[in-house]
Amino acid sequence: MNKVDELLLKEVIDESIEKASAYNIRKNGKSIERKISPYINIIPKKNKNGLDIYVKENTKFGIIHIPVIISKSGLKDTVYNDFHIGKNSNIIILAGCGIHNDKHEDSQHDGIHRFFLEENSQVKYVEKHYGSGKGEKIINPVTEIHLKNDAKMTMDSTQIKGVSETIRVTKAILEKNATLIINEKILTADKERAKTEFEIELNGENSSIQVTSRSVATDKSYQEFYSNVVGNNKSYAHISCDAIIKHEGKVLAIPQIFAKNIEANLIHEATIGKIAGEQLLKLMTLGLSEKEAEEIIIKGFLK
Amino acid sequence: MIKLENVSFKKENKSILKNINLEFMDNRLYAITGPNGSGKSTLAKLIMGIEKPTEGKIYFNDIDITNLSINERAKLKISYAFQQPITFKGITIHDLLKIAIKKEIDKKEACEYLSKVGLCAKEYIDREINNTLSGGELKRVEIASIIATKPKIAIFDEPEAGIDLWSFQKLINVFKYLKEDMRGTNIIITHQEKILNMADEIILMETGKIINVGKKDEILNKLLHSEKCCMRGNYE
Repeated sequence: MNKVDELLLKEVIDESIEKASAYNIRKNGKSIERKISPYINIIPKKNKNGLDIYVKENTKFGIIHIPVIISKSGLKDTVYNDFHIGKNSNIIILAGCGIHNDKHEDSQHDGIHRFFLEENSQVKYVEKHYGSGKGEKIINPVTEIHLKNDAKMTMDSTQIKGVSETIRVTKAILEKNATLIINEKILTADKERAKTEFEIELNGENSSIQVTSRSVATDKSYQEFYSNVVGNNKSYAHISCDAIIKHEGKVLAIPQIFAKNIEANLIHEATIGKIAGEQLLKLMTLGLSEKEAEEIIIKGFLK
Repeated sequence: MIKLENVSFKKENKSILKNINLEFMDNRLYAITGPNGSGKSTLAKLIMGIEKPTEGKIYFNDIDITNLSINERAKLKISYAFQQPITFKGITIHDLLKIAIKKEIDKKEACEYLSKVGLCAKEYIDREINNTLSGGELKRVEIASIIATKPKIAIFDEPEAGIDLWSFQKLINVFKYLKEDMRGTNIIITHQEKILNMADEIILMETGKIINVGKKDEILNKLLHSEKCCMRGNYE
């Protein structure tokens, strides 16, 4: 790996790869480094690009790194990764994609990640997307989540500047007592475009989903947020979409909640607006300039 | 010392303050009172620089600060507590106190400022400044952020607004501390008799004008015998 690769890797996964129980680094469309453990196996797919990651039952405190880096301009890389998490396991997965493109050809990564969590397993999934260079960088992640009874997954997704275009699709099916928590942070600048879609089916009794989306659209960037949560059983959903707009930034939010069961309790909150004038004034009365106050408010908002 | 000289303020052609002349001396507590709409909050905002006078000058220790920005005045150690404390997403009490002090401080030091406003510090320090805090808690966090700036001039805009009896009693203790232990000038806009009673001087306003300025007892006596008495004692 050269210096650009190392920088991209650090931006995507801010943790030493040595800490991982198992990992696979994909660079410019090919796996370049892999490590497995007695409890976590990583097997390349035979019929298409991608991996099958198997976590054995009862595996605790495992950490898996699955980063993708692209530094070759014009590359369009599609990868299919399936995570099979055994019963009663509790693991952390750090993934994401960093693209550096300084040329006129588009660089693109489409990552299709499917998660199959068996009963009573837990996953914390941290996904970060990053772009650098003046060329177009396109990242389209698709995340499909299947949670069996009592499974729990937390997904923290971050994209702070640099990605020209993204369509982020997250689909989930939850069974009995399953819990899904999604925290999404997006900041778009210049003419970047970001679209987020959530499709959640709460099938099991006492299944629950909590989505917190915080986004900032600055300059002439544009964001869309769609969510569609269906409560098919006694279930709970809380979808919160907060967006700050600056300059000529635009945000469209379209929430949809569909209760198909009398015991389904579904909530959606969405707020879009510029930074509140009083927030700026408060920080200015403590000695900050307007620009400094704005930076602190946005940093806190996306924290 | 803060001095307002022939200060007037108009908004949308409506006269809000008319020819105000006032001096706030060092190390004294001033209460500004008067009916709603009399211009008290606007006066406080003019001192902080949140609004600018349409006529007149404001001096701080003989320096003309009329055209200084809010943050420039903050750097001169003028501070202002909002009537409705401001809430944030993702900014904690610890973060706010660090901004107020203008340096990195550890949680222990931050806790000391919270203790001064009667908040059990460890429970609060990492909490976000949002509506999960009660009105009284937000108010005291707001005041802690003012104390942390070590102000020479501290302005409080109706600190009693929107809080319950329990919180009000604790607030009174905070102002006692400010009066007795902090050097500097405190200006409190209030309708509350208990706070008026703590003041060295009271300024009475009505329809954008100063009606009376004087020692606490003298003004309180006049207020009690006035038909337009504006004091509230419902926290008694």
